[in-house]
Amino acid sequence: MGETTLIRNARWWRTGERIDLAFSDGRVLAGLPPSPDRLLDAGGAVLSPGLVDVHVHLREPGQGHKETIETGTRAAAAGGFTAVACMPNTEPPLDRREWIEWVLTRARDAGSARVHPMGAVTVGQRGERLTEFLALRDAGAVALSDDGKPIASAAMMRRALEYARDAGLPIVCHEEDPTLSAGGQMNEGPTATRLGLRGIPGAAESTMVRRDVELAALSAGRLHLAHLSCLESLEALRDAKRRGLAVTGETCPHYWTLTDEAVGDYDTHARMNPPLRSARDREAVLQAIADGTIDCLATDHAPHAADEKDQPFDRAPFGIVGLETALALTLTFLVEPGHLSLARAIELWTEAPRRIFGLPEVSLAPGTPADLVLFDPGAEWTVEPGRFRSRGRNTPFGGWTLRGRILLTVCGGEVTFGGDGLEVASTGDGRDRAAVAPPVEHHA
Amino acid sequence: MSRESILDILDRAEHYRSAWKLGRRTSRELEDVEVGNAFFEDSTRTRISFELAERRLGARVVSFTSDGSSISKGETLLDTLQTVAAMGVALIVVRHGSAGSPGYLARHLDAGVINAGDGEHEHPTQGLLDLLTLRDAWRGRFEGRRIAIVGDIAHSRVARSAIFGLRTLGAEVTIAGPATLMPREGELSAAVAPTVEEALQGADAVMALRLQRERMDEASVPSTREYARVWGLNAERVELMTAEGVVLHPGPMNRGVEITSEVADGSRSVVLDQVENGVAVRCAVLARCAEALGRC
Repeated sequence: MGETTLIRNARWWRTGERIDLAFSDGRVLAGLPPSPDRLLDAGGAVLSPGLVDVHVHLREPGQGHKETIETGTRAAAAGGFTAVACMPNTEPPLDRREWIEWVLTRARDAGSARVHPMGAVTVGQRGERLTEFLALRDAGAVALSDDGKPIASAAMMRRALEYARDAGLPIVCHEEDPTLSAGGQMNEGPTATRLGLRGIPGAAESTMVRRDVELAALSAGRLHLAHLSCLESLEALRDAKRRGLAVTGETCPHYWTLTDEAVGDYDTHARMNPPLRSARDREAVLQAIADGTIDCLATDHAPHAADEKDQPFDRAPFGIVGLETALALTLTFLVEPGHLSLARAIELWTEAPRRIFGLPEVSLAPGTPADLVLFDPGAEWTVEPGRFRSRGRNTPFGGWTLRGRILLTVCGGEVTFGGDGLEVASTGDGRDRAAVAPPVEHHA
Repeated sequence: MSRESILDILDRAEHYRSAWKLGRRTSRELEDVEVGNAFFEDSTRTRISFELAERRLGARVVSFTSDGSSISKGETLLDTLQTVAAMGVALIVVRHGSAGSPGYLARHLDAGVINAGDGEHEHPTQGLLDLLTLRDAWRGRFEGRRIAIVGDIAHSRVARSAIFGLRTLGAEVTIAGPATLMPREGELSAAVAPTVEEALQGADAVMALRLQRERMDEASVPSTREYARVWGLNAERVELMTAEGVVLHPGPMNRGVEITSEVADGSRSVVLDQVENGVAVRCAVLARCAEALGRC
């Protein structure tokens, strides 16, 4: 047996029970070693399976000046994530198995988290011809998406949903009617009018959600709705569920924390697509998270170089980084005000997305991979973009004081983030070992 | 911009205008000051108006557009203007298609920045010349006066600046136009009238906005014919205003579309006063900015 690590005095995420957990050789141990090589005292912090973010732009290949697989997964680890699903809108787009393989190889060599690439739905993400879904799947793609671009043709979308059934993969949709959003720079509303910026109405999203829900019904395909931002889209998702369709949806931290007023005086750090919406939409997002309409959370981590964002508003690219603030924004704005229990919030960042994307389960049961995060939900910290691991510093949350600090992230038994200050000397006589047996969860 | 700043600019502009009437067409407020006119969007009247104002104040003037500049070679807006500022140009007059770009440039440049129109956001010197024109027409009183602004409010920087200035000085604003070209109720601090007739009824002034060709291409308006019939200013409609009600237009005019020639050239029209006031207001703005920079 290799080096053993024992984490003691943690609280289990689901129940709040005291838990001690040991791992070695990348896997969780059944018992607790009397003399671990490394003993970490969690000090009552919460232990959960590693988080997963199913909407991340790692920017490689082709846009390494914005982010790389190395920096992006370091940011993931700093945010408590042990796995990310990365979007295929790279240069070139991930529309061939060779590119999927390249990403996976690069992630194995330089990654601090497990990387699950998504393949493009159409060649070049041009919306004209389907990619080889089965080849992409066999190479390791976990879903298909033309994220960043809507699939404008309903016929193409129908075929994609049908053909994806054979591959057993969900189609992940960035819902936007390009004719309704044309020229749009931010949410349509009073702030856009004041600033003289063209608006993107919520209907640009919700009309496409409605269309694709109907196409999911027609094709019996699996549809996952990315980064939902407005009330009408959430109602459409609710309706789809009522009809028993295989439709799921995600939303992102910025949609439950901010409104379009955050654009203020042309702040490009509040510029993303879909855009920040009205207070009414923000309320609807909170409601949909609380009532279970939203199936999982994701960040839409979209790093850009500083000089790309430092431009007149309509010239700057859409997108903000999210990996390093996601959990704290969840704890501070969903759990603390009582919209969600801690257990449900963590479920939305762990089990729920893993289920939708068919990712390997992470239960922390004995013998399973040691992919875990330890966090102090009450610890305050101030967001300092300059200290991000991500190459992107484009966040609207700079200077915000949030609660919820990641203490340790472990992926495959390797510490990928933190751990400083947790280590205590092992007495070696077993007195520092667990007072309580680890709860072994039996997952359905 | 505060009420005090607006009134200061209007007073200075009046001073220039009076001096010109006495034949003193030049002064030296901007002597030895280099001013750059950076127009990244087509403009004839605003650019000429600024250039005249600069020369009348004794400035040394360099003008460039995106075509003849390194912007067309791929250089960014900021790099281009940083270069200009580094050469010692103290004041840069900018027209650019991006809303908010003057504020962005002001934060980055070691030079004063004057907004000559930013996208669909604001056109402050146009707003100021409208205010000066109305102050004359309204004999100095804005409170209790009402102006109707008719046309493409949603995409108009002229309308935004006019509404802001008029509200700041205490006048009421009614806006009217096709539903496709109007902001939502309450988004700008102006009342919305359902018809041009209702907007004009009892108004003390009306401003017709230029109808851009693009509005037909993007299906906001079916035709200039229909627009002229429903929203155009004609002799009959302008008579709905008070006896002293005046007609403004920021130019260039589409005669026969948003305004008939009869109205444009009629006794109520103050369109040419606007043009003259434009130079005066720009002199005032340039002089104020130069003062703020400590250049004179």
